[in-house]
Amino acid sequence: MKQFIGFLRKEFLHIFRDPRTMIIIFGLPIIQLLLFGKVINTDLQDSKIAILDQSHDNTTREITSKLLSSGYFVLGEELLPGDDVEDVFRKGKVKMVVTFGTNFEQDLERDGKVDVQLLADASDPNTARMLTNYATGIINDYVKKGKLQNLQLPHQIGTEVRMLYNEGLKSVYMFVPGIMAMILMLISAMMTSISISREKELGTMEVLLASPLRPIQIVLGKVTPYLLLSFINAVTIIVLGVFVFGVPIKGSILFLMAESFLFILMSLSLGILISTIAPNQMVAMLISVLALMLPTILLSGFMFPIANMPFPLKILSSIMPPRWFIVIIKNIMLKGTGITYVWKETLILMFMTFVFITLSIKNFKTRLE
Amino acid sequence: MDEKVITVKNLVKKFGSFLANDHLNFEVYRGEIFGFLGANGAGKTTAMKILCGLSSPTSGEVNVAGYDIYTETEKVKRNIGYMSQKFSLYEDMTINENIRFFSGVYGISPKDRKEKQEILLRDLGLESSKNTLIGSLPLGWKQKLAFSIAIFHDPRIVFLDEPTGGVDPITRRKFWDLIYEAADRGITIFVTTHYMDEAEYCNRVSIMNCGRIEALDTPDNLKQQFGAKNMDEVFLKIARNSE
Repeated sequence: MKQFIGFLRKEFLHIFRDPRTMIIIFGLPIIQLLLFGKVINTDLQDSKIAILDQSHDNTTREITSKLLSSGYFVLGEELLPGDDVEDVFRKGKVKMVVTFGTNFEQDLERDGKVDVQLLADASDPNTARMLTNYATGIINDYVKKGKLQNLQLPHQIGTEVRMLYNEGLKSVYMFVPGIMAMILMLISAMMTSISISREKELGTMEVLLASPLRPIQIVLGKVTPYLLLSFINAVTIIVLGVFVFGVPIKGSILFLMAESFLFILMSLSLGILISTIAPNQMVAMLISVLALMLPTILLSGFMFPIANMPFPLKILSSIMPPRWFIVIIKNIMLKGTGITYVWKETLILMFMTFVFITLSIKNFKTRLE
Repeated sequence: MDEKVITVKNLVKKFGSFLANDHLNFEVYRGEIFGFLGANGAGKTTAMKILCGLSSPTSGEVNVAGYDIYTETEKVKRNIGYMSQKFSLYEDMTINENIRFFSGVYGISPKDRKEKQEILLRDLGLESSKNTLIGSLPLGWKQKLAFSIAIFHDPRIVFLDEPTGGVDPITRRKFWDLIYEAADRGITIFVTTHYMDEAEYCNRVSIMNCGRIEALDTPDNLKQQFGAKNMDEVFLKIARNSE
């Protein structure tokens, strides 16, 4: 045990004395979370729109004020009849133009039907789609709840939409689980593999193997510091997510921690496996980045929905551990589910851990033979 | 000088069908400086790894420091020291921290460690640099320190794998002074090297070729046996004979 504590002390010295390691472990998680949460925000806020109101009656004014008070839109420009609408878009001042025709209120009361035209700048298709959706939603809402409450409409089927588990459609709800998976993977798998392959590269691994330390002690000693640091990071990300970005934790925190722990163990065993393959730090890093980071970002369903992927990529995605972890933490945090709903994903992660450890032991033995 | 610390009988190591060590037989005595020579790929690193317990033999009897290499690997490891060719200290740790770490690995008590550490640093003249990072020391010092730390736990045998690669002859000579001192204290030195002048410093030398030990004797006897002026010639003759 004393040997082991001595070993841990040495490992922590390595970590604390290497600025790069320190930045990756302590800086990266926070920077990434803030970056994804604050800067790369796919939610709409204060988008500039122009209004072309040819009626200027009560209804159009009310709709306009509803739009502008929603928080999604601000008035960029007020257009007059005869203004060139395209010109506004070309100047890039606004993203959407809302046009009310003449005699808006009268038409509405007489025919029970009137059109509002939404022109959106679709050079950025995602934003355009979101803007028009939001605006349509607000206008429909107004019509239904305010104006036409007492109006008898002939046979209409209305849809009522509620976004469960993320009412505000906040993208940070997506990013927090995704970043957690990415960071834990990065620190556990990449840092362990680098730290083990560094000893190989420097020749100190042979010295350790020729010492009374048993191989299992060496591996545990290498892994334990990163286990602790990853866990601290998991907690940091969750705390930031909850208190800075308001992501809820509806399920049990203990269960969330237990699942994070499992994912960390999985990543650590993957890191050990990489280090048994990689002859030096450079290769370990390349494998980690190319084989772990990129697929984690692209294929885990963190950025792009798995349902839209072509079949081969879907298969590839299902061997990506973060994919399952993201499902688990989203379930716990947003839906408040327990093990009965995520046992399948949990078992998959356990199985992966088992496979990685078995392969590592096998590789390690062949190398010693 | 008669106490045997290493006994090897019919040691065979195969990698698939490749015979890396072909029935090696030799003995090494206490306090001896035993040179283990051979061209690259002759099988000396393989043999040394087996003696250190880093790798297990295919067949044959191997006894190191009084313990059987198959069944008592841990006891063997406790009684040997090892210094690799890349010299083996942690560059991002200070001299003190390295000593502390390796003492911990070999179970030396803090009290013993402090006493021995003081003596070691005084002998090497490094008292003032005990809190210096290893990485900032010159190569010669690093090697001396690595050797001193490899024998810090008073092993019965210390294995040196090409310990003086990449240093100038004067530093090499100084390094050998340390080796002689350790041998005087009764520590057996088992050293592989490429430098033939170093072979002359050894008490006995074995020369390997293609997995077999082709010659084993004192440098003087070997020179006589092969009618050579120096070890260089002995080495070349053996290499040519087997071709």
